[in-house]
This record gives sequence, structure tokens and C-alpha cells, in this order.
Amino acid sequence: MSAKKEGFFKSEFFHNFVRSPGAMAGLLIVTFFVVLVTAGPLFTPQNPYDIGSLDLMDAFKPPVWMEGGDPAFVLGTDDQGRDLLSAMVYGSRISLFIGLSVVVLSCVLGTFLGLTAGYFGGRLDSLLMRIVDIQLSFPAMLVALFIMAAFGRGLGKLVTALTIVGWVLYARTVRGSVLVEKKKEYVDAARLIGLSPFPIILRHVLPNILTPLIVIATIHVGTVILTEATLSYLGVGVPVTRPSLGLLVKNGYDVLFSGLWWSSVFPGMFIMLLVFGINLLGDFLRDEFNPRLK
Amino acid sequence: MLKYLLKRLVQMIVVLFTVSVIVFLVMSFTGDPVLMIVPPTATDAQIAEARTALGLDRPLWVQYGVFLQNLLRGDLGVSYIFKRPALTLIVERMPATLELVFFSVLLSLAVALPCGVYAGARPNSPFSRAVMGGSLLGISLPSFWVGILLIFYFAVEKGLLPSSGRGATAPLFGIPFAFLTWDGFRHIVLPAVTLALGTLAMLIRLIRAQIMEVMRQDFIRFARAKGVSWRSLFFSHALKNALVPVVTVFGMQIGSLIAFATVTETIFAWPGMGKLLVDSINTADRPVIVAYLMIVAAIFVLINFLVDIVYTLIDPRIDLR
Amino acid sequence: MSEYLLEVRNLQTRFELFRGTVKAVDGVDFTLREGEILGIVGESGGGKSVTGFSLLGLIDPPGRVAAGEVIFRGENLLEKSEEEMRRIRGKEISMIFQDPMTSLNPLQTIGRQIDEMLALHTPLSQADRRKRSLELLREVGIPNPEDRLENYPHQFSGGMRQRVVIAIALAANPKLIIADEPTTALDVTVQAQILALMENLVKRFGSALILITHDLAVVSEMTHRVAVMYCGRVVEEGPTRELVHNPFHPYTKGLLESIPRLSGERSRRLPQIPGMVPNLFDLPPGCSFAPRCGYATELCRKEAPRMRTVAPGRMVSCHNPVQGGEEAEGHGR
Repeated sequence: MSAKKEGFFKSEFFHNFVRSPGAMAGLLIVTFFVVLVTAGPLFTPQNPYDIGSLDLMDAFKPPVWMEGGDPAFVLGTDDQGRDLLSAMVYGSRISLFIGLSVVVLSCVLGTFLGLTAGYFGGRLDSLLMRIVDIQLSFPAMLVALFIMAAFGRGLGKLVTALTIVGWVLYARTVRGSVLVEKKKEYVDAARLIGLSPFPIILRHVLPNILTPLIVIATIHVGTVILTEATLSYLGVGVPVTRPSLGLLVKNGYDVLFSGLWWSSVFPGMFIMLLVFGINLLGDFLRDEFNPRLK
Repeated sequence: MLKYLLKRLVQMIVVLFTVSVIVFLVMSFTGDPVLMIVPPTATDAQIAEARTALGLDRPLWVQYGVFLQNLLRGDLGVSYIFKRPALTLIVERMPATLELVFFSVLLSLAVALPCGVYAGARPNSPFSRAVMGGSLLGISLPSFWVGILLIFYFAVEKGLLPSSGRGATAPLFGIPFAFLTWDGFRHIVLPAVTLALGTLAMLIRLIRAQIMEVMRQDFIRFARAKGVSWRSLFFSHALKNALVPVVTVFGMQIGSLIAFATVTETIFAWPGMGKLLVDSINTADRPVIVAYLMIVAAIFVLINFLVDIVYTLIDPRIDLR
Repeated sequence: MSEYLLEVRNLQTRFELFRGTVKAVDGVDFTLREGEILGIVGESGGGKSVTGFSLLGLIDPPGRVAAGEVIFRGENLLEKSEEEMRRIRGKEISMIFQDPMTSLNPLQTIGRQIDEMLALHTPLSQADRRKRSLELLREVGIPNPEDRLENYPHQFSGGMRQRVVIAIALAANPKLIIADEPTTALDVTVQAQILALMENLVKRFGSALILITHDLAVVSEMTHRVAVMYCGRVVEEGPTRELVHNPFHPYTKGLLESIPRLSGERSRRLPQIPGMVPNLFDLPPGCSFAPRCGYATELCRKEAPRMRTVAPGRMVSCHNPVQGGEEAEGHGR
């Protein structure tokens, strides 16, 4: 085990990673958020969901560095007297949770369907690819919007809707890989002996799809977080009881015209930062895993 | 050629048909529209009456049949809220959305093409690196947040540009467009910029990547071995080859723009189809939602078709099978 | 004025990769006279193609030509600027690539691609260029050239496409043509045709030809002289006839013996050179061929041999050159 670990640190991947300002910045940002959502709630001055701890007298306080600011509420408060910073920490949690769960589910579902379609071929494959093509010709956000509009808000519904929209890319990649493997001679050889080639194909396919899937998944997390933020902003995403960063922006929008900008600007900034960090990593991974050097 | 067109037509119809089924099914499971129509004080008998009047007491597949029939006749239902045909409502608002999308596209292309091409030609220059960093940020931005920032700075703080609405319009071929008036044009600036940002960022990256990809290919090397100058290599050989796939992607993006216009229109209270959709979702105005989806589906299918046609025209390798 | 059109001395081209530096071309020497056909033979990855590209200055980072001289018509090409090289490419030295599928721009008609060549290097008017293009197409054996000029590359078969490539390469009447595996990507039946065409044209136009290939059989038919490469070095060089009948280097001998023959003893197993081409990051000290050589001695494993003349016109890089025609005692080490 230690030999493997040592090998990784000497690898070209690691070498390039630590020398890439983008990748390191991305890692930093993502780590920051991970730490924030795991340890944050322990340190936030306030639990924004605990109605009892809110005081309407605290409402609309600006950030601490502005006139009228209160050091107890570093980034200001919203219309309910909720501390914005605390709300953002909890909101990041929700956004990240949705991002990760959707990606994991989409990946599993997509890989499964891609494997099935690729392996069995024929009608099943055609049907699946049809669905994929049709679904890809419509913007993901719109489909998710429609589903959420129809079934109402809710965390579970949101994750389901985004998964329904998200499995497609994984399925297509995996299917492609399976098709390539199927053409190879060992498949015929196995069949001749009477063995099912499926486990062997699997063994060959999995290492090949690992890197593309990692790249797709990483970028997908960013996409999901943005989509969820947008849907929540439109009012069809997360329920009001579990405000994600997107919903926080929406709440802030309502008071924007009175000049109270912080409750929409800061949460939005957080979204941007998080997605940017993820994209930095995703970009690096994609370039790294690209078979450009022949 | 004709065979291909027919084949595509059939495909498009199949897709639209599938969409209609899905839309119908999903919508029919969401809440009871009757309760939207009748006043809260209605008796059970009145509710039952309303239900029959709307044809909601009949079996699902019959309802779908009626739906389909009406669809083919151009009748997409009547809005519960506005009490007017849904189709009319949408068509009325289409020009607003279209001009918004149009200007966003124009803006995106105007910025992305030169920047992307330059970044592709000199991939390691400081400009290129800045562009890459900026565009990565660009695709990480939540568009609604950008809209809010723009509103706050330009409208609330500085009062330079209006924060919402469409402003005055002037007719072109009888259709009212905002950009034809100065007031309307002022109103379109912020929304168009907001909408353009995401696409712009994506396009720059795509163009740069494509150009770099093409410059690596064998035929470029061969041309170089012929003694062709770098300038010729880039502009006569690489560029066209690089931009052909960009056309396809961009075509698909237009569909995405129409979708994201919903958000932009909501932020800026721009009276387009997108805003209508969001409002209808909030008021559970089912017929309008269904009508919007069907129309937008038709638009996407059409766009895909057109993009394919354009692609066959510019790439001589594609044979119309 | 030198008697040679091209003199390559100690050419070294390296690729600096993360895993290490690959010495793709590690001290290559050869010469070429006007109108001569030289074959460069060796296994894949042996540095042959890289040599070809190095001559024309087409090596891009992470590769670079680290040392050596490429004297063409009295001038060292390696010292020339990109601008100067650009004027030489196509006009004095032309190159034919391996895969005609990817050599041509898929979005341009071949007429335009030939025209580009002519416009660059000849003073002909547009009308004259068109005439010349048609002539060239006829020369390379493409029927109906008038129609074909407007066609796109994908509308030609592989062999036809390579003919077009040859036409382009010849368009400005270069003194030297470098053909990098010109027939490897083609069908066997077409290969012979293309080679015959090349031989014919090259002789008529008076160009010299460097034919890079892994196929010794091809080389023995067409070339005047041969240079055999292994792991980035030339291990043997000489007139084709003599080299083929009387190889000095064990590698050459092994290559020749592994060519299947239609006549002769049928029951004999096809001899192979044992072992595999070494990892270029990890070349053995001493002679790179030693691990696979039936004649290797301690000296071979310790010290890399130098190129020396062992007979008139025959050069070998070996400590124990094979003495004409004798069989190895066995393939033991």
C-alpha cells in the first residue's frame, strides 16, 4: 500500500497537479467549502433555522464594515434577522449535498444503462440512444424546470429531477466504451468457449471509462449546483425550509431595490466561488486525462 | 435529398408526439385544475359541473385524444388566469423573447469570435491565459446573480439604465420590437448582457479548443511541409476546419438561450415567453405551461433540424443519407 | 561544391518528456547524391520518421534538434531561420506523409491544394497553374483530371489520394523528396503501384528520394542505397544490392532473414529476431542491439560501437560485423 501511495506522489499527474495554479486554486477552494460545510455549523454564530433564535430587531443589518453594521452579524442580516453568514454556511451545505447526490446517482444510473445498452445492443440500444438524443436536444434546465413545476418543490424531488436530466452523458460515454470493447477479438473467443464475455468486457471497460467519467462527474457537480441555484431562484427548487444559496439570492432580490444588496450579493458570490473551484479542478483533470501526447 | 428531408420530418413528428404525451401525462398528475377555476365557495355539485365542462371526468386517454386533436387544430387551451387562448398569449410575447435572444447571440458572437480565435492562435500568450481564466469564471457564474449585480450597479446605484420592463416599442413588419426605440434599446442592454455572458464564455473556450485541436492535425503539418506560411496555415486551413463543429454547438446553444431567457426575463421583468412561463408556474396556469412546452419543443426540434442542414452545407464530407 | 546533395552528420533529435528524455535520433549520419534513392529502414519507433521531420525543421516542442548538421546543397539547414526554411520546403525539399487520409485538408478541393503549392513556388499565372495541375494529375495516373480537380479528398480512394499527395510533392520540382512510409496505409495491391509510380517520376524529374519504411522488401526493389536504423542510430549503410546479399550488421541480417520467401525450403520456420525493441527511455549501455544479438560479446554490452567503413562504400556500426553470408551458431547470448 505504501508503495502505491509513493508511486502516486511521483506520478506525472501529481507533478503536473502541484505545478498548475488552476488546479491548486481549485483544490483550495473546494477544500475550503468542504471544511465549511462539515465544520461550519459548529462555529456559526447562529442557527438560521432556529426561529426562536431570530430577533426581528436584527433585520436588515448591513455587513460589519458598513455603517450600522454589527460585529455579531459579519455579513449582515436578511429580512427576518437571520445572520447571512450562517445562512450561507447552511446554504452551501444544501447546495453541495444536492450537487454530490445528483452526480452520484446520475453516474450510477447512466453507467448501468450505458452498460446494458452497449452490451445487449439491438432494439434496447436503439431505444436508449433515441431517448438520449431526444433528451439532449432539449436544454437540461428546462426539463428540470418542467418536472419541478409539475411535482412541486422538495429536496427529494429536486434530486430526482436533476438525476433524470443528468444520467444521459454518462450513459453515452459508457455505451461507447462497451461498443469498442465488444468489437475486440476476445469477445468472440470467449463466446466460442461458451463463456459469457460480460465479466471480461466489464473488466476491460471499467478502467477505460474511469478517467472520462471522473472528468464528466467533476464538471457535472458544478453544473448541478448552478442549475439547482437557478431553479431555486425561480421558486421551483429547494423548499423554503431548506434554503440553498440560490434561494438566499432570491430572498435578497426582493429587498434589492431598497439598496440592501448584501443579502443577494454574498450568497451569489459563494455559488460562483464554489462552482469556479470545481471547474478549475475539472478543467485540469480534463486536460490531464486527454490523450494528446501520442 | 428529398428522402433525407422526409426522414427528418418523420423523426421530428415522432419527437413532438412523444413530448406531447410526456407533457400531457405529467401535467395531468399535478393538482386539480378544477379547483383553480371555481371560486372557493363552490359546492360539490358546481365543482362536478365544472369538471364535466372541462372534460376532466373522462378517462385519461380520451382526454389525451382531445388534447391531441386540439393541438393539431392549433388550439392549445385557454389560460385559467387570463381567460384567453394560451397560444395567443405566447405568440404575443414571442417577439420580446426573440429580440432578447437575438441580441444576446449577437453580443456573444461579437466578443467570442475574435477573442476565441486569438486565444487559439496564440494559446500561451498572456491574453489567452487571461481569457481562459475569465471564461472559466464566466461559466461558473449564476446568470441570475449577474443580472442582479448589473441591476444593482447600473440601475439602483447609478441610475444609468432601467432595471426592468421592456420600454417603448416600434413595429417592424407589424411586430412590435423594443430595440427600434431608444428607450426600448436602453431596456434591452442589461438583459442581453446577462443572457450573453454564459454563452460567450462557453464559446470562447470552445473556439480556442477547436483551433488548437485542428492546428495539431496532420494536414496542417503537411501544408507546413509544403512551405505554407503560418498566416495562411491559420486562416486558410485551420480556421474553417475549426469553426465547422462550433456551428453545431452554437446552434444547440440557441435552444439553451431560449431556456435561460426564462431566468433573465424574470429578473428584469422582461415581458417575454419565459416570464410568462414562470408566472404561470407560480399561478398553476396549466394550459399556458403546456402550450409553452409544446411550442418551445417545436422550436428546438426546428432549430436542431436547421443546424443539421447548415452543417451538411458547410462540410462537404457529409452526404445526405 | 560537394559531390553530395545532402549530408547528414551526427543528427540528434530529442524529446523532453516528463518520464525522461527520448533520444529519438541519436547521432545519425548518411549522405545522398543528386537523383539517388536512399532507403531508411527500421522498426516502428526506431527514429526513421523523426529523422525525416528533422531534416525539414518540422520538429515541434517538446522535441528539438539538439545537435548535428544537415548540409543541403552546401548549406546547413539546421542553422536556417523558419522564414528561410519555409522557402525551402516544397520548393527544394518536399515531403510525402504516411496517411493520405489525413494529409489533405478535408474541406478544400484537391485542385485548390495543388494550386496552393504552385502559387507558392512557381511564377505561373492562374490559368497556367490550372494547366499544370491537370498535367500533374495525369502524371500520377489519375483519370479524368478535369473533373477530379473539383473533388474533395474524401471522394478519392486511398491509393488515389496518395497519388494526389505525390502530385503535390512534385509540383515545384524539388531536388529532394522525403517519403515517410508512403505505402504503409494502403492496400497491398495498391502499394506496388504507388511505389512504381514514385520510382518512375523521381527518375524522370531527376529528384533524389529518401524512402523511409519498415519494409525491407520494398527497399530492396527500389533503392540505390540503404541505411538501416535501430533505436535512433544508423547501424549499417551501403549500396542496396550488396547490403541485401551481404549484410554486415546482425540486425540487418536478422531483418533480411525474417522476410518470408516464396521459394526455398518450406519446412523451415520463419526466423525472428528474438526479444523486443527496448524502451527508449531506458536504453541499455553499450550497443542498443546487444540484448537481442546472437553475436554479442562483453564489449558490445559495455561500449557503443561507432560507424566505420568495413568495405568500399559499406559502413557498419558494430564490434563484430557478420562476415558475409555466414549463419550464426545459434541465437544464444
